[in-house]
Amino acid sequence: MPDTDLTGDLMIEARGLRKRFGDFEAVRGIDVAVRRGEAFGFLGPNGAGKSSTMRMIAAVSPVSGGELRILGRDPATEGPAIRGRLGVCPQEDTLDIELNVFDNLFIYGRYFGIPAADVRERAAELLEFVQLTEKAKVKVEELSGGMKRRLTIARSLINRPDLLLLDEPTTGLDPQARHLLWDKLFRLKQTGVTLVITTHYMDEAEQLCDRLVVMDKGVIVAEGSPLGLIQQHSTREVTELRFGVADEGESHEGHAEKVADLGERVEVLPDRLLVYSEDGDEVVAKVHERGLEPVAVLVRRSTLEDVFLHLTGRTLVD
Amino acid sequence: MLVSTSSTSGIAEGVGRQRDYWVTVYKRTWKGTAISSFVAPLFYVVAMGVLLGGFIEGDPDKLEGATSYLAFLVPGLIAAHAMQTAVGETTYPVMSLIKWDRVYDSMLATPLCTRDLVLGTLGFVTFRVASTCAVFMLVVAPFGIYQTWWGALLAYAAQVLVGTAFGSLVYALTSRLESPEGFGLLFRLGVFPLFLFSGAFFPIDNLGEVGAWVARLTPLWHGVNLSRMLILDQVDWSWAAVNAAVLLGLTALGLRWSLTGLERRMVR
Repeated sequence: MPDTDLTGDLMIEARGLRKRFGDFEAVRGIDVAVRRGEAFGFLGPNGAGKSSTMRMIAAVSPVSGGELRILGRDPATEGPAIRGRLGVCPQEDTLDIELNVFDNLFIYGRYFGIPAADVRERAAELLEFVQLTEKAKVKVEELSGGMKRRLTIARSLINRPDLLLLDEPTTGLDPQARHLLWDKLFRLKQTGVTLVITTHYMDEAEQLCDRLVVMDKGVIVAEGSPLGLIQQHSTREVTELRFGVADEGESHEGHAEKVADLGERVEVLPDRLLVYSEDGDEVVAKVHERGLEPVAVLVRRSTLEDVFLHLTGRTLVD
Repeated sequence: MLVSTSSTSGIAEGVGRQRDYWVTVYKRTWKGTAISSFVAPLFYVVAMGVLLGGFIEGDPDKLEGATSYLAFLVPGLIAAHAMQTAVGETTYPVMSLIKWDRVYDSMLATPLCTRDLVLGTLGFVTFRVASTCAVFMLVVAPFGIYQTWWGALLAYAAQVLVGTAFGSLVYALTSRLESPEGFGLLFRLGVFPLFLFSGAFFPIDNLGEVGAWVARLTPLWHGVNLSRMLILDQVDWSWAAVNAAVLLGLTALGLRWSLTGLERRMVR
């Protein structure tokens, strides 16, 4: 289990936090507390209100309602002081593609008022950390997507932040690049940096987060550790059954009734059935006993995806 | 929410932190701009001032005190050039900072505020106008138009004021535009007519009584008139005061609109 100090000081404290854009309310009253050294996640589909929450925490978007304290300060009056202690890795890269890799770090560090000599030293260290030292003089537009993300992370660390905000850090990256990035973030966490991550990838949340909240339509629908959430809201195993589309002219809904009693519950997706039980192989055996012939069968452990499906009736990634 | 301190030291600090960014931008682009700011005036002066001007009688009564068309043309042309440079720097480049390259987004993730961004960018625009006008003034110096050294210096200051007025006004506009389509309109219906009809190429009295007064209401005319009176040493000080006040007033107004415009645009 993660070693979080429950009495430790709060890096983020939100109560009844809201964000409105005209008539649309993106965040509808959420309570969040993030402690020092924690890796905290906001998990939810696109449009759940994660990025709006993140922008308020980054002290760039004014709060519409409720209370928010970041590093013990009020973002409405102490925005610059808060931002000076944050590292921000935005959802879309905001690197200057005309500049080379090193200059991106150097110029960004100067915005914090860090002396030029210190920024140079720090930039060299960070390039080493994200394995881009050989690319120091290369223009950013020539980098791959994964390299750009690593550079963005390096840039967010230039001021040695107390709190690192990562908005969808691996969206759009290939699996290899994602794992490399996760490794870097894991190392950062071990050095005591507090991480706040938004993601719609359940594997990312499971890999990186000590604790997370599941968001949907602007509210928090569940909170806990990845394992705790799975234990609380799902079964140990899941049996995925896929039936042929033309099979007796029946839909997956029709098949669902025939297997409903085999698990604690059954979820119907457009292309398959999910049967939740403690023993998935036993479910498979009983399905065959009943003379049903799915075209594909998979038994797996429950994930946060299943938690989300159970709580909202929808999948994370459409 | 983004204002840390209203003290002047805070502003200077915020703007100063962007210095390395703008130095890097300038290092990347100065060659192109240096050539254009040297070559363009030379072409204009030779083609219009010398060759076309050769057909125009150098009558001081008809040319607002100038003894040659070249002497009439140059002061206004530099003021118009200041306007074009300022507009050029505050349209597409500023939209890029806001929306395409999103440099402003990265700046605002740091302790910098929208106020720092507006002042930093307009500071750079003023530098671009000041350097390009300085080159222009030096290129045409050998033609012997400047009547007094102090007149030339004050005229240069007037040209820079044209740049700050147009720079801040157009920045304010750009900060409120969602897409660059409005720029086409600005160039065709704003910049181009001003360039042609604000008295840079002919005395505005030629426009007739009403036309002349319309021209006097345009911002560029105040820069053209001030620059010309000072360079030709034909200063009507009450007009000079009006011209300078208009340019300063527009700069202040544009600055105010720029600050509110960018705050509304970026802080959502």
